[in-house]
Amino acid sequence: MDSLLQPLFDAYPWFEAYVWPTVVTAFLIVVIIIVVLVFMAYLTLAERRVMAAMQLRQGPMVVGPFGLLQPFADGLKLLGKETIIPAGANRVVFVIAPMITFLLSLVAWAVIPFDIDMVLADINVGILYLFAISSLGVYGIIMAGWASNSKYAFLGALRSGAQMVSYEVSIGFVIITVLLCAGSLNLSEIVMAQRTGWWGGDFGWFGGWYLFSPLAPMAVVFFISALAETNRAPFDLPEGESELVGGYNVEYSAMTFALFFLGEYTNMILMAAMTSILFLGGWLPPLDVAWLTWIPGPLWFAAKIAFCLFIFIWVRATLPRYRYDQLMRLGWKVFLPMSLLWVVVIAGLLMAFDLAP
Amino acid sequence: MSFIERSARGLLLTEILSGMALTFSYMFKRKATINYPYEKGPLSPRFRGEHALRRYPNGEERCIACKLCEAICPAQAITIEAEPRDDGSRRTTRYDIDMTKCIYCGMCQEACPVDAIVEGPNFEFATETREELFYNKDKLLANGDRWEAQIAANIAADAPYR
Repeated sequence: MDSLLQPLFDAYPWFEAYVWPTVVTAFLIVVIIIVVLVFMAYLTLAERRVMAAMQLRQGPMVVGPFGLLQPFADGLKLLGKETIIPAGANRVVFVIAPMITFLLSLVAWAVIPFDIDMVLADINVGILYLFAISSLGVYGIIMAGWASNSKYAFLGALRSGAQMVSYEVSIGFVIITVLLCAGSLNLSEIVMAQRTGWWGGDFGWFGGWYLFSPLAPMAVVFFISALAETNRAPFDLPEGESELVGGYNVEYSAMTFALFFLGEYTNMILMAAMTSILFLGGWLPPLDVAWLTWIPGPLWFAAKIAFCLFIFIWVRATLPRYRYDQLMRLGWKVFLPMSLLWVVVIAGLLMAFDLAP
Repeated sequence: MSFIERSARGLLLTEILSGMALTFSYMFKRKATINYPYEKGPLSPRFRGEHALRRYPNGEERCIACKLCEAICPAQAITIEAEPRDDGSRRTTRYDIDMTKCIYCGMCQEACPVDAIVEGPNFEFATETREELFYNKDKLLANGDRWEAQIAANIAADAPYR
């Protein structure tokens, strides 16, 4: 491609310097968004099918073979409906809120490495960026709850805000333990660090993944916090349909609702991707043997994300909803001390055995 | 001791994990639901569905206009008018069932001395208008002709218990 455009580059240096990189980046962004959204579409189908199987039902199976076209039918239905803005709502904020939720869930994908050197923005503070973006996610929900001018939506938004803030604290400490072992904030380097294992030495198989190290309890804490962060069962109080009708999105319909839905599920995939990167070795194959390394990295990454998402769904099919005080107790009185203690333990281990990278 | 045991169980998520193992095992069990319009569940021979007026094998209609069904119907859904036919036998000139009133109690078929009015195995007779649910004699006889094989089989299957 570059050699084809070489005459153009020679004639206009600014084209090579500014325009062409922009075009390439825009193309990559579109590719990533399409892949993520298709993944998300099938996540909704997978959720319905898996939950159905666990509840001895069949799930959607009429639209297309095995119901494979169901997500698109749902999307089309939502597109064709009318967006109703309640009379008492703050119109501008009401419409902006779902856009923010959706946008933030997509923006985070910029720093996710899909393979070695296969990342849109290989920034050095990737994990901090992810953390910041996922924290911003609460704004969309709070704005939705406020702008709806409805008590259920408002209560849902308040719960969601408090919950997300509480669990971000422990997520922060979990990330710190990983950073201590990996010695970098760059996501690609965190993955590559899991090649060697936390105690150093070339490991090259899943023994090096942080899930199989003293970090294992933190992987569990991270995963449970991710459930709370994405408002998933058993922490789905913000949208508890039995008590709050539908939580912060009661007043939303059609495409505005669809954007919330897209945002939520994309966030789930993002959290699964974070779990894979931090604890399951990202794009690395489980064993460093020939036929496993032939499978491209992005496929391993997708498989690991799919595995995490399956656990998301599995947990939802198994556990009843937490009471709100139990939720807060778990966040502040169990996870926070536990992750704090583990930061000390890991730091101590690394210093004591001189393993710090 | 019990405190340590309790905390250990909580921290190791034993109960949550065993619960998740249970839901996972359910994934591979036989589905409790059926693919309805294509698959149907079993029906008892005593199932009380859509009404039908039966005929004798020679084509003569069974109903003799005794009006016992009309009398016993608790919902008063049945309306019958009768007069002697040219050959002197007593037959109905009008036999209407308002299916929107009917409560499917089966009293009419219990009351019938000649097994003329029966409730057949058909339960898929939803309509788009109310008018279509005001069944007249032609409709009921047509139902009888359509479902006769199954109705006869059901009556034969239930006969030993009567």
